[in-house]
Amino acid sequence: MIWTPLDTWIVAAAAVAGAACALSGSFLVLRKMSMMGDAISHAVLPGIAVAFILTASRASGALFIGAALVGILTAVLVQIIRQYGRVDHGASMGVVFTVLFAIGLLLIERAAGQVDIHPEHVLFGSVELVPLYTIRVLGADLPRGVVVVTIALVANLVVFAALFKEFRLATFDPELATTLGVNAKFMHYLLMTLVAITTVASFEVVGSILVVAMLVVPGATAHLLTRRLLPFLTVAVVVAISAAVLGHLAAIGVPPLFGFEDTSTAGSMAVVLGGLFFVAFLFAPEHGVVAKASARIGLRVSILTQDVLGLLARVTEGAAPTSTPRTTTDTLREYRRSPFRRHRSGLRLGLTLLRLRGLVRQRDGRYALTGAGRDAASRILRTHRLWERFFFDEAGVDLSELHHAADYLEHYTDADLQGALSEELSRPVTDPRGRRIPE
Amino acid sequence: MNVERLLRILLLSDYNTRVVVFGTVALGIAGGVIGVFLLLRRRALLADAVSHAALPGVAIAFLVLVGLGQSGRNLPVLMIGALVSGLIGMGCVIVVNRYTRLSEDAALGIVLSVFFGFGVALLGIIQKMRGAAAAGLDSFIYGKTASMIRSDALLIGVVAVVVLIGTTLLFKELRLITFDPDFAAGDGWPVGTLDVTLMALVVIVTVIGLQSVGIILVIALLIIPPAAARFWTESLRLMAVISGLIGALGGYLGTAISGMAPRLPAGAVIVTVMGAAFTVSFLVGSERGLVRVLVDNLALRQRVLNQNLLRALYECEETGCTDSADGQMHYLSTARGWSAPQLRRWIRRATRQGMLTLGKNGCWDFTDHGRREATRVTRNHRLWEIYLLEHADVAPAHVDQGADFIEHVLGDTLVAELEDVLADRDALPASPHSLLPASEARTS
Repeated sequence: MIWTPLDTWIVAAAAVAGAACALSGSFLVLRKMSMMGDAISHAVLPGIAVAFILTASRASGALFIGAALVGILTAVLVQIIRQYGRVDHGASMGVVFTVLFAIGLLLIERAAGQVDIHPEHVLFGSVELVPLYTIRVLGADLPRGVVVVTIALVANLVVFAALFKEFRLATFDPELATTLGVNAKFMHYLLMTLVAITTVASFEVVGSILVVAMLVVPGATAHLLTRRLLPFLTVAVVVAISAAVLGHLAAIGVPPLFGFEDTSTAGSMAVVLGGLFFVAFLFAPEHGVVAKASARIGLRVSILTQDVLGLLARVTEGAAPTSTPRTTTDTLREYRRSPFRRHRSGLRLGLTLLRLRGLVRQRDGRYALTGAGRDAASRILRTHRLWERFFFDEAGVDLSELHHAADYLEHYTDADLQGALSEELSRPVTDPRGRRIPE
Repeated sequence: MNVERLLRILLLSDYNTRVVVFGTVALGIAGGVIGVFLLLRRRALLADAVSHAALPGVAIAFLVLVGLGQSGRNLPVLMIGALVSGLIGMGCVIVVNRYTRLSEDAALGIVLSVFFGFGVALLGIIQKMRGAAAAGLDSFIYGKTASMIRSDALLIGVVAVVVLIGTTLLFKELRLITFDPDFAAGDGWPVGTLDVTLMALVVIVTVIGLQSVGIILVIALLIIPPAAARFWTESLRLMAVISGLIGALGGYLGTAISGMAPRLPAGAVIVTVMGAAFTVSFLVGSERGLVRVLVDNLALRQRVLNQNLLRALYECEETGCTDSADGQMHYLSTARGWSAPQLRRWIRRATRQGMLTLGKNGCWDFTDHGRREATRVTRNHRLWEIYLLEHADVAPAHVDQGADFIEHVLGDTLVAELEDVLADRDALPASPHSLLPASEARTS
């Protein structure tokens, strides 16, 4: 694998295109309009084709204007069909973009003989060719593709910086935005225009279809990682730029490992984006699958150990305080209302975890609470019985149903709530059945 | 254009044309029929994700075939690859949807673009392989109907028959899960299994459509015909029939037109024809078409205006403002805030309909027919007002407006029920509030 200045330009073009797409795409994701990005990116095809055929060149303002118009047209048509035809939103997008795409495809195929335009280049991009076409900007020869996507990025930055507050409001609270005088319709079509312009600017780099990956995936990844808008946009842009760099490295670096030649950079970028999203999907600190699973497991473990502690305390309650009461797992399982009657492994696991924490000790198959264990168990028993008292006195719950209600709440009650509960009940000393509430 | 050539194609004179038309028509029917349920289930774009997700499957199947020393153009194997990876894509959509807080459309966007990107990357590898004839794989992206051979068309035909039999046998069940899945589940229907069956049929139609219409446009076969059929009927059974017909028409005409000239890819032409059928249906569809809706709306608006005019005139009579033409016009225009030209226009129309005549003193008066209608409308209005006052505790100042919205759509049954509830009312109760326009009520 050899890195040349060409590769630097390729990565630069892809990164800038990615950043531009990530910005407008983030708002699409937040407004639950991701598929609108898909629709527009397909639908601009006839705009591109007509502009190509009319001007016979790739570098033209006509291209931008044509595409922006078609982008807005797409949004308007989708809205019309949805509103006046009462067609489901997804279906009306599907109708509009497939038909426009089909027309674009026909135009390009018919024009292919006369104009230098190829469906492949429009659909999948030709980022590898970006360094070949240069234009002079400020006295330097720069690849045209880079210049074009930079313009799109600047357009995005300017619009979002100027209307940051309005976009934030219209995105998160459209009703409030409307009452404050922000024109929601205008914001909608402005965003659609930006998406169309960004799509067209980027199609040379990532292609009109893979641009969807750049629009949707960075925003979706950011959505898993943060809730605040500014970090959201930052994460999205960083994801897009990393995907550009890693994607190109993968395109020229990975296939040779399997004995093939290099492959499409745009395709690899989409795959890397998918990979980054997958990593966030698994390991996002708050919303990741792993974090959620471990939080669930943690909660189950804490409930399990608290249940075992409470059970041990009840079984050994009333024995002389000087001796150390011990009990077997069988006694524990057969105790009245024991949650472990049919759940031997749970009991074992709980006892083991408690022993590791030094709250329980074991000798000859008999278990006993340590000093620290007795304190912890007393707290649980106290909470449980306070709740029973509360439900009995304040809510009139029947004696036979007290245990169940208290059993659930004891796991979610912290020290403050326990204190407040005790105060509320004027510091009772016994539960409704007359058993002592431990201090 | 060459008419003779068009006729040759339309009349299926050539064997090749017959094969291709048979295939695209069968595909159009299958897509149109199964698409109805997809559309009504609001899952139209799921098919888009599935079709894009099929690309890496095709590419991997191709690589495996070449790796085993076979020709890469073994269509059944490529389709199995497409099927498997399309299903994996659908699974990913479900997983992302379920385990993250992303909305469904984001999940669709992610899956379709990432899978498609993976497919493009694999195609990039294949295209640079020495000696591998990768040209055939292009047809999966844009579709190449012309390359359809007898066995392909037969395969499509078989799938179409399976789809038709399946939807006919399961029609009642599919209708239930389409319109009220919760009720279906509560009633003990195996909603999950039926849903999986439906989606399996969708995926199969998508995959067999890939080769002829292409990945990007295949969903058009599933979305456009049913969306167009929806404008013509409210009945599901009829909708499925019409949708299948539109699909067949698109396949037939599209193939024919694409045969007319070089470089007219059939897939794109078929979709364009279907798009035209959709546009026509959208505009003139007999049930929900734009023209029909606009005409209905206009008729309703005119009826409402007419009834408002009749009631205003009736109330004008009750308050005794009919002494002079000026007084009458003044009352009518202040009562509803109508401008004089508007008022004149509506009075003219009511006169044409035989509701009003010009009285001797220059005032407008009811004809017998007009008086009956005016009494009916005024009565409905007041019954509703009294109902709001007595049973809904609405303040007297607000009942006029509340009743104003509903009086035009009160049906006979509802009026009868109102009469029951408000048993002891006169034939025409007095208005529960002042009939003078607000400005004058305040000064008097």
